[in-house]
Amino acid sequence: MTGKHRKTLLLTGAWIAGALVAAATHAQEISPQELQHVIDAQNRRIEIVKKISAPTIAVFGPAGGGGGSGVIVTPDGYALTNYHVTKPCGDYMRCGMNDGKLYDAVIVGIDPTGDLALIKLLGRDDFPTADLGDSDLLEPGQWCIVAGNPFLLANDFKPTITYGIISGTHRYQYPSGTLLEYADCIQTDASVNPGNSGGPLFNSDGQLVGINGRCSFEKRGRVNVGVGYAISINQIKKFYGYLKSGRIVDHATLGATVGTDDEGRVVVTDILESSDVYRRGLRYDDEIISLGGKPVRSANEFKNILGTYPRGWQIPISFRSAGERRDELVRLAGVHSREELVSMIQAPAPELEVPGEEEQEEQGDDEEKKIPQLLPPGAKPKVKYPHDVAKQIVPRRGYANFFFNQSNVDRIWQKATGLRDLSEKTGEWIVSGKRTKRLENRNTATPFELILRNDEAFADWPETGYRINLDSDLDLELGPDAVEGLALSISLWRRLLVFGPKNYGEVFFLGTAPADGSGSHENQDDVLVATHDATESLFHFDQKTGELLRMEMFPTVNTDPCELIFSEYRNGLPQRISVRKGQTVLAELLDISVGLNGPAGAN
Amino acid sequence: MTALNILFTLTALIAFGGTAMLVGSASAQSFAEVSTATQPKIAKIYGAGGIRGLEAYQSGVVISADGHILTAFSYVLDTDDVSVTLHDGREFAATMVGADPKLELALLKIDATELAHFDLKNTAKLTPGDRVLAFSNLYGIAAGNEPVSVLHGSVAGVTKLAGRRGAFNTPYQGPIYVLDAITNNAGAAGGALTDRQGRLAGIIGKELRSSETNIWLNFAMPMEAISESVTAMKNGTPLPDALTESKSALAKSPWTDQAMGIRMVPNLLIKTPPFIESVVSDSPGDAAGLKSDDLIMYVGTVMIRSWRDLAGELKKIEDQDDLQITVLRDRELVPVTLEPPTGDK
Repeated sequence: MTGKHRKTLLLTGAWIAGALVAAATHAQEISPQELQHVIDAQNRRIEIVKKISAPTIAVFGPAGGGGGSGVIVTPDGYALTNYHVTKPCGDYMRCGMNDGKLYDAVIVGIDPTGDLALIKLLGRDDFPTADLGDSDLLEPGQWCIVAGNPFLLANDFKPTITYGIISGTHRYQYPSGTLLEYADCIQTDASVNPGNSGGPLFNSDGQLVGINGRCSFEKRGRVNVGVGYAISINQIKKFYGYLKSGRIVDHATLGATVGTDDEGRVVVTDILESSDVYRRGLRYDDEIISLGGKPVRSANEFKNILGTYPRGWQIPISFRSAGERRDELVRLAGVHSREELVSMIQAPAPELEVPGEEEQEEQGDDEEKKIPQLLPPGAKPKVKYPHDVAKQIVPRRGYANFFFNQSNVDRIWQKATGLRDLSEKTGEWIVSGKRTKRLENRNTATPFELILRNDEAFADWPETGYRINLDSDLDLELGPDAVEGLALSISLWRRLLVFGPKNYGEVFFLGTAPADGSGSHENQDDVLVATHDATESLFHFDQKTGELLRMEMFPTVNTDPCELIFSEYRNGLPQRISVRKGQTVLAELLDISVGLNGPAGAN
Repeated sequence: MTALNILFTLTALIAFGGTAMLVGSASAQSFAEVSTATQPKIAKIYGAGGIRGLEAYQSGVVISADGHILTAFSYVLDTDDVSVTLHDGREFAATMVGADPKLELALLKIDATELAHFDLKNTAKLTPGDRVLAFSNLYGIAAGNEPVSVLHGSVAGVTKLAGRRGAFNTPYQGPIYVLDAITNNAGAAGGALTDRQGRLAGIIGKELRSSETNIWLNFAMPMEAISESVTAMKNGTPLPDALTESKSALAKSPWTDQAMGIRMVPNLLIKTPPFIESVVSDSPGDAAGLKSDDLIMYVGTVMIRSWRDLAGELKKIEDQDDLQITVLRDRELVPVTLEPPTGDK
């Protein structure tokens, strides 16, 4: 029997060789110019492979266990990988690079739903980086290249290169298990195997277009079957600023579900009355026309678009309600409640994740699986942090690594106070100017005066006057104003400027979000979230100048915020504040001057 | 070996440079362009199944403007409720107008006109090394108007499935393109294999796994091997004989069980196991050491599953030649060689 097998194998070998010789004969008919083209193309490919190999990393646990891939995107060492790669490693990992060196890395932020993690390699500020491409330009049939560490083959960390074509774009892969959802992902036939997880997918120009993370496995065992899925780089661009915040990042939901009706329209099949989109006027059976600036032609497309957004972003939506088209901006809620997401990721008390077994089990019988870990099950890492690493790891419940949140809050506040530091001005502020409903009526704007103190505020508006007590329950101190909570918002603005993030209340860095509600990843603001009593306020800072551009004050949950847009800055303070609620400008405060005082009696 | 190395470079690279590579050649179309142009000619087919391991979907190719769709003849079609979804998301009820069980192909018809379709008069014939694209709805990934999956590869070899009969349990034994891409996944059967100009070259076969090596075979049936049958199904004329069972393959004067000097157990079942009932003394079988209760497993390298397999395989071997068989005796495989009886025939 063995003899027979050997014979069969030999025959197969001979037959393949025969096939090759046949083709070689064929190939000899290629002209010298064509041959030169082939050689040129090969040289170009070698160059591209060199270029993409440099930022590609192999990711291991601190004790050398685990195993996956990743890619560096900034010279100071920020790198993308899969959450399911970092999960068994905990908050500290070691990354092997193409130059054969091993670097320490720490976790920065995680997106468990999107299976994405941001880590930071330490020790250099000149890491090679991958160029980011535009995954929306990909078309099925285009060539692509995968780099990574399949089967953990490379002992010297030089990545394994496989190539293939884009097999499909805008694929939607249902969650397998409780969390994971691959929306708008890229399908490729390039070999993606265990160990490739978290590694880069490049287009044929060597630009990063995706992070490989999932395969279709079925009866053929856990190896490549010609179907791999990558998280699109355009989705990652939207999450990147959130991931840098050190948080556990959530995906977005609209608060409404959709289906396709008999006429092929995408219509609302259910809607939460507490949702922002309900307040924007969306109702049951309304037709969704577009979301995030992209047309919605099927329920899958709707899920594909929505699945690429982080919780809390404001994006455009167009729908047809009662025969009338409406274009609105909608604030996206989270797929999970904050506590729900945190408790899925972090055990009741924050401690190191145990890799292996749990991961395997949760994969269950689903058709599509995360690319499995090559990790000895149950190998609990014994973590001893090197000094440099320990400095950059601050565990805190609700965060992947609180260090990065803290350092960003510090960064933003340093930049803001660099423009003007108001921390000494703890006394009475007298804000005066003119108030009108519309900018066009600025000639008829009427004077106003606000007196702001630490514990109270007096508002003397053209049409009304009132006092609010800042030591009381703040959701009851909205005032008899045409704009509910206007004086309160301005008081909280002062509170941040005077007390700073450290003493305001709880203040954390949300990440970056679009400045204009366009839903685009370009032109994003730094956003701080500040809670005080029942109120939660979002403060948007210009990334470049550090100016405070916008504030959204939510007196309670599930209401439209009172929104202040600050402009015409002079000497570190705005001379104009536009006041919005929903999408409507309700008041313009113009020609503002602020009388600042230090502590009472110390003017 | 240098020739082989160069060839590797060539085959691998012709791909990579895309259009830039083949300046002035007729195939100066990128894979992306071919993919876009081919998508409208691929159909998603839904029918019976849905039980674990039996997917309720497969793939098909549009071969006429008025709604003929060629696909795999499988359990998916084993229902009155077969539906076809075209590239633009339109969904149609389909009727089966023809089936060729030997080729495991079926022809469906939907009530549509002016469809983009493959031209059966302009198909591609492939040789080893040719680059190909495979279009199918493998794993049912695409739905509605979503484009089906496209994989790339090259023809690793052109051979006959019959040569591996026994290892691969399939009624189709004709020529196949063996592919180096993982084309034959769940739901891929009936999909299109095209050359790099997008011409139809073959139909992706069913999932097929070698019982000897457990290796999954990735293959397509060449259009030239099936077009006669496809035309017959479309015209409603009788199907051609299967290509592989042509008379030339049969021996002029074959071996028989009488010539071997053995008596088989009576053939009572559809797949009667080929047990030897008794061996005639001084016969070639006796000389080779055959014994009663031996189970015949192989003739040559072809696996024998039944009495009927044995009779069929013996017909192919001239009685002038040595007959090599392998029997199962006491849980051991025993190879034996029967020499032709001397003297008159």
